[in-house]
Amino acid sequence: MSKVTYKISLQSRVDRIINSENIAGYVFILPWLVGFFVFTLIPIVATFYLSFTQYDLLSPPKFVGLRNYIQMFKEDPLFWESMSVTFFYVFVTVPLKLAFALLLALWLSYKSKLTPFYRAVYYIPSMMGGSVAVAVLWQRLFTSDGVINSILKLLGIDSNISWIGNPKTAIWTLILLAVWQFGSPMLIFLAGLKQIPESYYEAAIIDGANSWQKFIKITLPMLTPIIFFNLIMQMIGSFMTFTQGFIITNGGPVNSTLFYAIYLYRRAFQFYDMGYSCAMSWVMLIIIGILTALIFKSSTFWVYYESKEGE
Amino acid sequence: MLYPLLWMFFSSFKDNSEIFLNAHELLPKRWLFKNYVDGWKGFAGYPFSVFFKNSFIVTVIGTIGAVISSAIVAYGFARCKFKGKGFWFGCMILTMLLPYQVVMIPQYIMFQKLGWVNTFKPLLVPAFLGQPFFIFLMIQFIRGIPNELDEAAKIDGCSKYSIFTRIILPLISPALITSAIFSFLWRWDDFLGPLLYLSKPELYTVSLGLRMFSDPTAVSNWGAAFAMATLSLVPSFIIFIFFQRYLVEGIVTTGLKG
Repeated sequence: MSKVTYKISLQSRVDRIINSENIAGYVFILPWLVGFFVFTLIPIVATFYLSFTQYDLLSPPKFVGLRNYIQMFKEDPLFWESMSVTFFYVFVTVPLKLAFALLLALWLSYKSKLTPFYRAVYYIPSMMGGSVAVAVLWQRLFTSDGVINSILKLLGIDSNISWIGNPKTAIWTLILLAVWQFGSPMLIFLAGLKQIPESYYEAAIIDGANSWQKFIKITLPMLTPIIFFNLIMQMIGSFMTFTQGFIITNGGPVNSTLFYAIYLYRRAFQFYDMGYSCAMSWVMLIIIGILTALIFKSSTFWVYYESKEGE
Repeated sequence: MLYPLLWMFFSSFKDNSEIFLNAHELLPKRWLFKNYVDGWKGFAGYPFSVFFKNSFIVTVIGTIGAVISSAIVAYGFARCKFKGKGFWFGCMILTMLLPYQVVMIPQYIMFQKLGWVNTFKPLLVPAFLGQPFFIFLMIQFIRGIPNELDEAAKIDGCSKYSIFTRIILPLISPALITSAIFSFLWRWDDFLGPLLYLSKPELYTVSLGLRMFSDPTAVSNWGAAFAMATLSLVPSFIIFIFFQRYLVEGIVTTGLKG
């Protein structure tokens, strides 16, 4: 008899503990918490430690102090080259992509009946953009006997250059591929445009504003929080670009498309220079951190929040 | 916008000599289905059926894992009050901004030490531990469900756990579908993950198979390469056709990149 009561009270005690809000919360977030420690936090710390070592996966890591960082900044022209390629790519791609996304979102917000169709047409490239299939296709479009030259010939321009084989043009083919995939920022802009109260425009019309004035004075300021958001997401995404560059040009010709992520991959998995590439990934993290912080800081000057209106 | 994709589709029916002869002409002179037969044979004795099967295994199991685990975590964040919640939530949001390259090498070393390289485990196991984008998306969705429902269930004697399985889970099915679609699309297209962890052709996913198959130095049969590239886009395309609405909603609520 006493055994049974003991069992019951133990059972209810366990129940009470499991059902307390504090414990229940942790039980639910446990999968993420484990993943966060094992696959994010510990690896970040490990990357930081390994960045001060020489490590080829076979023999144990050897501590070398700041040597990787010194080598990177002082003795490695490829590091600087990959950095400048990546910065150029990011600073050209992101504004172009956002401009296209905004332009088409504006256009789609006017048309009504065919909007779902156009939305689909513009989104499909974004959806498939990361695939190897599209990368292979892109490669074939811009070869010397590819579609682009064929179309140019039709227009009377006889160009026999291979766009991806020429160091001056190769990066532009990758930029074009990225800009072609403006679908998801466009959808976010479209959602933002729907949020702008119609009454603002009506008031502007009464005041005699033309459509350019409406755009500059109402649409653009109201969209700034969304531009801000898209800017950060696209900036980070472009910094990490890998697959397209890796497959289409593999960093070439003459390193003209050597993205930072490709160079980092090479150092790690082709040269087995794990310490060096860990140092590279920390530099990447810091740069992305700084750029994100700068965008955040600058946002007080150009991002408009409606709630501040009364100030 | 769709011209490049259409060009690839139509080129997959063209004779090899025709593809680049008048490359701007879209429609093939003669429709050839031979490319699909040739392409399906794959390379080095590994037919594309092997790559498709591998991709389906990785994508479907990974997606199931990601959706279930993310739903559990999302409920914890959205509906439980516990100490340190704000802190952990902040950590989760930050991981969404973290470049993969920063964790890539230690993860690789870890999986190598575990002997998981050349298995699907490195691609599958992390999926079962929640994915921040989906967790965030589901949290947003759960916040839209009135709290009174939970309260009523609690009065009826439901524990937190049964509230989750009986009430919340069925109600957030649109968010589950949205996450599943994105998970499928991303995993299907994933290239870097398989590139790092799979080096045996019999384990290759479609991405890796396609890359081998269309290596410009080795392949001259572009008709067949385009045929397989076209086939590789079919699953994503079908999903898009059927679940467009969910895709759009997902992008709009979380600002998913891509």
